[in-house]
Amino acid sequence: MKPRRQCELGGAPTKKSVVEGVSIMVSANPVILEMRSITKEFPGVKALSEVSITVRASEIHSICGENGAGKSTLMKVLSGVYPFGSYDGEIVFQNSVCEFKDIRASENAGIVIIHQELALIPELSITENIFLGNEPTKFGVINWAEARLRTMELMARVGLNEDPDTPVKEIGVGKQQLVEIAKALNKSVKLLILDEPTAALNESDSQHLLDLIRGLKSKGISCIMISHKLNEIEQVSDSITIIRDGKSIETLDVKADGVDEDRIIRGMVGRTLESRFPDHTPTIGEVFFEVKNWTVAHPQIADRLVCKNSNFNVRRGEIVGIAGLMGAGRTELARSIFGRSYGNYISGQIIKDGKEITLRNVPQAIKHGLGYVTEDRKTLGLNLLDDIKTTTVSANLGAISKNTVVDRDKEFSVAERYRKQLRTKAPSVEEGVAKLSGGNQQKVVLAKWMFTDPDLLILDEPTRGIDVGAKYEIYGIIQALANQGKGVIVISSELPELLGISDRIYTIFEGAITGVLDKNQASQETLMKRMTAATKSA
Amino acid sequence: MNIIKQLFSGNSRQFGMIFALVALVVFFQVRTDGLILTPDNVINLMNGYSYILVLAIGMVLVIIAGHIDLSVGSVAAFVGIVVALAMRDWGLPWYLGIIAGLALGAAIGAWQGFFVAYVGIPAFIVTLAGMLLFRGANQLFGDSLTIPVPKEFQAIGAGYLPEIGPNTGYNNLTLLIGILGVVALVWGEFRGRRKAVSLGSDVKPVWVPIFKVVVFAAVILYVTYLFATGRPGTSFPIPGIILGVLVLIYGFISSRTTIGRHVYAVGGNRHAAALSGVKSKRTDFMVMLNMSMLAGLAGMIFVARANASGPSDGVGWELDAIAAVFIGGAAVTGGVGTVMGSMIGGLVMAVLNNGLQLLGVGSDWTQIIKGLVLLAAVVFDVYNKSQGKASFIGFMMKKLGGNNNPDLEVAEPLKGTIKTEA
Repeated sequence: MKPRRQCELGGAPTKKSVVEGVSIMVSANPVILEMRSITKEFPGVKALSEVSITVRASEIHSICGENGAGKSTLMKVLSGVYPFGSYDGEIVFQNSVCEFKDIRASENAGIVIIHQELALIPELSITENIFLGNEPTKFGVINWAEARLRTMELMARVGLNEDPDTPVKEIGVGKQQLVEIAKALNKSVKLLILDEPTAALNESDSQHLLDLIRGLKSKGISCIMISHKLNEIEQVSDSITIIRDGKSIETLDVKADGVDEDRIIRGMVGRTLESRFPDHTPTIGEVFFEVKNWTVAHPQIADRLVCKNSNFNVRRGEIVGIAGLMGAGRTELARSIFGRSYGNYISGQIIKDGKEITLRNVPQAIKHGLGYVTEDRKTLGLNLLDDIKTTTVSANLGAISKNTVVDRDKEFSVAERYRKQLRTKAPSVEEGVAKLSGGNQQKVVLAKWMFTDPDLLILDEPTRGIDVGAKYEIYGIIQALANQGKGVIVISSELPELLGISDRIYTIFEGAITGVLDKNQASQETLMKRMTAATKSA
Repeated sequence: MNIIKQLFSGNSRQFGMIFALVALVVFFQVRTDGLILTPDNVINLMNGYSYILVLAIGMVLVIIAGHIDLSVGSVAAFVGIVVALAMRDWGLPWYLGIIAGLALGAAIGAWQGFFVAYVGIPAFIVTLAGMLLFRGANQLFGDSLTIPVPKEFQAIGAGYLPEIGPNTGYNNLTLLIGILGVVALVWGEFRGRRKAVSLGSDVKPVWVPIFKVVVFAAVILYVTYLFATGRPGTSFPIPGIILGVLVLIYGFISSRTTIGRHVYAVGGNRHAAALSGVKSKRTDFMVMLNMSMLAGLAGMIFVARANASGPSDGVGWELDAIAAVFIGGAAVTGGVGTVMGSMIGGLVMAVLNNGLQLLGVGSDWTQIIKGLVLLAAVVFDVYNKSQGKASFIGFMMKKLGGNNNPDLEVAEPLKGTIKTEA
C-alpha cells in the first residue's frame, strides 16, 4: 500500500505545476513558508534576533550572509533541529502554524534539509541510502525489488545514471548530492533546504545541480539555498534574504531589483567593497623552486597515475595559481610534493635553490622550507580539540622547546603575536579552535605555517567556506607573504579568485599540467579551455 | 555563587573530579564512623591500588593517542613470573631482576607496538591477542604454579620508608615528603600567577589562589599525618613513592614536552598531526611500548607485595585501569585526558571499593555500583559534549540563577558520580 501512495505523491506536483507555472508569470505565488520574528539565543549569544523570511511556492529563495551571520541556525530552527520552544517566534508552513519537535516532524510536513556534510552511509548502496529509515516493507520484511524500482524512478528524476546497487562511496560527491535530493524527493518534499550544495562540486556538477533545482521549482517544489557562491545565487534565485549579525537585513527580488553580486555583497557586509582583492605590486625574483617530470601513482591503484610528468616552477615573491577541476589532481600534486603525503612516488625531481632535494616525509618537507595548508580544514588541517596557541606552534614545536620541554611562555607570546598580526578574532589564544568561524580557523592554520617560516607555502583552497570579508584579509596575508620573498602556490576552484590573486597560473587536467598563463593573458575562458583541454583533444 | 565560580573556572574539570573524590571520602567517612581515614586503611589503600594506578598512567597515554590496551594484566603476570623465575633459578639479584622485568615489558610493548603502528592493526585486536598470548605464556613458564620472590625484591611492593632522624613520634621521611609537597604546591601556584601577570593575561583576585593553596595544603598535611602515624614499622609505602615519581615524570612529559604534544596531536586528529610533521607511527609505537613497560612494573610491584608470582595475577587489571582513565575524563575517541585525572579516577574506584568493603557490602553490589559509576561518568561526558552544554557545576549554577560561565563548557564526568551518590 505504502509504496503506491508514495508514487502518487511523487507524481502529483507535475499536475499542480501547470497551475503554478502560470502563476509564476504574475509573480503572485502563494506564500508557502513564513518565519516570523525568530529569535534564538545560546548562552551568552543571541544567534538570531527577530529574523523574518517569506518563501513563496515554486520559488528559489537564497539566504546570504557572512559566516556566523545566523543562516545555519535559522535553518536548524526551521527543520526542527532546534525544537519548538527553544526559540521565540512563529513558523507558518502551508498556512498552518508549525511546532516541530524534531527533524522527523519537519520532514513529515514536507521540509527536508540537505546539509553541507552529506548524511549518506558510504558503505550502503544508492537504494539502501534512499530508503534508509523509510524502507518499503511487507510484514516487516523489506521489499528490495520495490525499493530498487522506485530508486530507478527517483534517479531518473534527478538525472542520475548509475546502478542503484552501487555503494555510495564509489560515486563522486556531485552524484552523492543527487542521491540526497532523490532521498528528499522520496519523502514527498515541498520545501527543500540546501546548505552550501555546490561547495564541494566542480563546475559541471554544480551546473547540473542548479539546473535540477530549477527543474524542481517548475514542478512546484520550493527551495531555500544557502551558498557562498554569489554567482550561483544570482543565477538561480528568485529572491534573496540577506542576514547580517543575526538580523534579517533585507529581501531582494532578483528579477525586479536588478540584483548583482556587488549588490549582494554590499548587503552582506553592510558596506561597499571597493575591490575584492587588495592592491598588490609583486616584486618577483628568480626561480627558486622547480618540479620536474613529477609522476605519482594512486595510493591503492598502482597503474592509475594521479600526476603525469608534471613540470612547474615558482619564483621568489611570486603567487602561482593552479587551476583545475575537482579531481584533476591538484591536491594530489601538492600533497605528493609535500613529503609524499599522498600517493606512490614514481619519478621526478624537486629542485630548490639550484639543488635537488628529496622529500620522503612531511618532517623533511617542513625542514626544507615547505608548508601545505590543506583544503579540508576540519579533517586534515586542525585538531579541533586544541586551542589557538597549541595549534599555532604545532608544526614547529622545536622552535619553542629546549630538550623537548615546551616553553609555554614562548608558545603564548608566539601565538599572541600571530593573533594580533593576522587579526584573528578570538577572546584569547586559549580559545578552542573548534569555536572559531571558518575564516578565523584558516588564519590560525596560516599562522601555524607562517611560524615554520617556509620558503614555499602551498595553499589548497585557502578561502573555502570563508566569508567575503575574511577572504579579503586572507588575500592580504598571502600577498604579504609573497612580499617577504616567499613563493606561494594557490590552488583554487574559483577562477575569479585565481585571476585576482595570482601572478601566473598553471592549468591542470587529469593529472597533467596543460599550460601556464601570465596574469595579463589569463581569463576565465582561456583557463577553462586548458582545464578541459584534454577532453577536447581526446 | 561567585565564590564557587571563581574557584572552579579555568581548571574546572580537574577540580570537579577532586571534588567528587572528596565527596566520596566524606560520605564513607560518615557512614563507616571514621573507618576509611585511619592510618592503616589509607596505607592499605595505597598498597592495594598502586599497581592499578601505575597501569592507568600508561593507559591514559594509550587512550589519548586513540588506542586501547587489553593485554596489561597478562603482560604484568608474564613479566612477574619471568622475573620471579629468573631470580629463583638463575640467581639474578633483585635489582637486575627489576631491570630485566622492565626490559621484558618494553620488548613486549615493542612487539605489540609494531603491529599497531607499522602494520596498522587496531590496538584492540593486537592487545586482545596479547591478552591471551601472555596469559598462556605465564602459565607455560610457571607451570601454573606459584613462584616465591626474595625478601629484598618484596620491598618494591610491600616496603615502607625507614625510620631515620630524631624520634618525633612520626615517620620523619613521610613528614618530609608532605612538607615538600606543600612547598611545591605554594611555589607552583604563585609562580604560575606571577607569569600570568607578566604576560598580561587575566588573573583572579588574590584570595582565590590563597584559598586554593590553604585547602590543598591542609589535605596534603592531613594525609601525611595519616601515613606518618600508622602502626610501628609502617609509613608511606614504597609503591606509593614509585607511583608518585611516575606521576611527576609522566605528568611532565604529557603536558610539557614535545613528546606529550605529539601524543595529544595524534589522538586528536591523526591526519592533521601527520601533515604538521608529527611522526604519528612512531608516536603510536612508543605509547604502546611504554604501556607494556609500565605493565611489567605493575606486575613486579604486585608480585613483590604478594611475595610470589602466580598463574592468575593481573586478571581483570586492564579493566580497572581503563575504567580509571575514563572516569578521569579521557575521551573514547582520543585526544583528551590527563595523567592527574586518571589518578583521581583510579582513586575514586579505589575509595569506592574500599569504602563499600568497610561497609560490608558484598562483591556483587560493589561490582554493580562500580559499573554504574563508570557508565554514569562516561554518559555524562558524552552527553555534555553532544549538547555543548555546561558542566554539572555550570548546570547547577544556571539552575540557581547564576550566569553561565563559558569556561565551564568542558564536560566533567566525575561530577556525575556525585549525583549518583547524593
